[in-house]
Amino acid sequence: MELFQLLLSGLASGCVYGLIALGFVLIYKATEAINFAQGDMMMFGAFITIWLTNSGYNNLPFLFSVPLMILIMGAFGFLIERIFLRQVIGQSQIAIAILTIALGFVLRFIAGAIWGHEPHFLESPMVGKNIYLNGAVLGLAEIFVIIVTVLLTVLLYFFFAKTKLGIAMVAASQNQLAAFYVGIPVKRVQSLTWVIAGILAGIAGMLFSAKGSVDPITGLLGIKAFAAAVIGGFGSLPGALIGGLIIGLIEPFSGRYLPSGFSHLVPYIVLVLVLILRPHGLFSQISHKKV
Amino acid sequence: MISKEVILRVENIESYYGPIMALKGVSLQVQKGSIVSVLGANGAGKTTLMKNISGVMDPEKGRIFLENESVEGTEADILVRKGVAHVPEGREVFPMLTVEQNLLMGAYTRSDKKEIRYDMELFCSYFPILKTRFEQMALTLSGGEQQMLAIARGLMSKPKILLLDEPSLGLSPKLVKEIFGILNRLNKDQGVTILLVEQNAKAALDIADFGYVMELGRIVLDGKSSELSEAKDIQEFYLGANQESQLGQKRWKNRKTWR
Repeated sequence: MELFQLLLSGLASGCVYGLIALGFVLIYKATEAINFAQGDMMMFGAFITIWLTNSGYNNLPFLFSVPLMILIMGAFGFLIERIFLRQVIGQSQIAIAILTIALGFVLRFIAGAIWGHEPHFLESPMVGKNIYLNGAVLGLAEIFVIIVTVLLTVLLYFFFAKTKLGIAMVAASQNQLAAFYVGIPVKRVQSLTWVIAGILAGIAGMLFSAKGSVDPITGLLGIKAFAAAVIGGFGSLPGALIGGLIIGLIEPFSGRYLPSGFSHLVPYIVLVLVLILRPHGLFSQISHKKV
Repeated sequence: MISKEVILRVENIESYYGPIMALKGVSLQVQKGSIVSVLGANGAGKTTLMKNISGVMDPEKGRIFLENESVEGTEADILVRKGVAHVPEGREVFPMLTVEQNLLMGAYTRSDKKEIRYDMELFCSYFPILKTRFEQMALTLSGGEQQMLAIARGLMSKPKILLLDEPSLGLSPKLVKEIFGILNRLNKDQGVTILLVEQNAKAALDIADFGYVMELGRIVLDGKSSELSEAKDIQEFYLGANQESQLGQKRWKNRKTWR
């Protein structure tokens, strides 16, 4: 039964990593830029959810504050692209990477200035509630995280596989030039990608705050999500989610069965192994252009 | 089939890549229902000309008219809506999308679902191989099939004019013949107006009604394609008429008459 509990908590944190990794991959595919602020955007989403929901702040009902947070984070992603990223289009990848790293710092300090540096907890309806199943104690928050992630994944799958706009976004990420030629408004598609990445970060933050404490440096776990994206093969959406789950599962199990201190090391050992044995990641999509 | 109505008129456009002047005042016009081909060697500025017309590049000077509406400097996606479809050099399909999705993306600017399906069937009947590959990813297609997909995708936007950039690139002579035959049929049955850029002068002149010859950013010769294929210069320099004997090389005065 202990195994089951470890599995559940691993899956739950894996879902959060996976959603952040999804944000990395989406933006990378659409704009060929890596948004190192994705983890900090997640932190920001968490704080906005807390700010809207908690009794000490706005005290809105949870079911109302979540859609509001999604709107805010969507607009937030849109504005970041418009104000900052669009200025550096055509610059080198390093310039864009440094810009997003700086954005991450700025977000961390803004969050610290507004909400302080002590840990915050989300007062969600799931807090402290458990389900008892054959002697196992399962946190309702963790089950909530997994269910929301599954629903979101299904939604995203349908969007990218079935809707015209979704296919156009995939198309533009595969061949930007050809997207121009068939009349897809590529710039608008890139804005939309940032909106979706903002929303994903917001939902990841909401889920993260539903099962643990949040402070301004929480966003640094974006590094683990980055590792997840690399393990999955940067550029593959299902790969990002599965990479996230792998990292999420490794942590509680290595924490339980390995000597103390090693649990934080193992995800990166896996990352290095994947990079050595399968440099393109587990689920890479490599296309060859025919001449 | 060819009407007097002019679909596309390019007037004296100049275009630069940084400090390099790629187009030095190019003018041409395309009549509705015709096939017009632009011939020229590598680096003559053919592709640049196409990019300027389809809005991927903006001309520095000069004007471009689409059915009497001035369109130079318009964004590429707006120009697709206005009726310019550009099939770029080297195919440029969406590699990880299926053939069907690629075709759907060609119709991105349209919203008439039934008509889109109808057109998909119609154009697939011209390129039957696409129908058999409908669910496959475009990257699994051969070079010739990808070229057919790119052309069909261009047609899916129901363009007033189809810009084709080197459809023969990297294809076997047999496939070139096949594709040009299909283009000819599309032009005759469906009335598709085509502006064709080619190095393969013979194939291009065979289906074209009118031709232009470009060199170093200028148009140096134009005429009906029947006249062009007969012109001595064209025969020598593009169609490979046998003059390259020792005697021929000595007669340096007989070099190109333009320039």
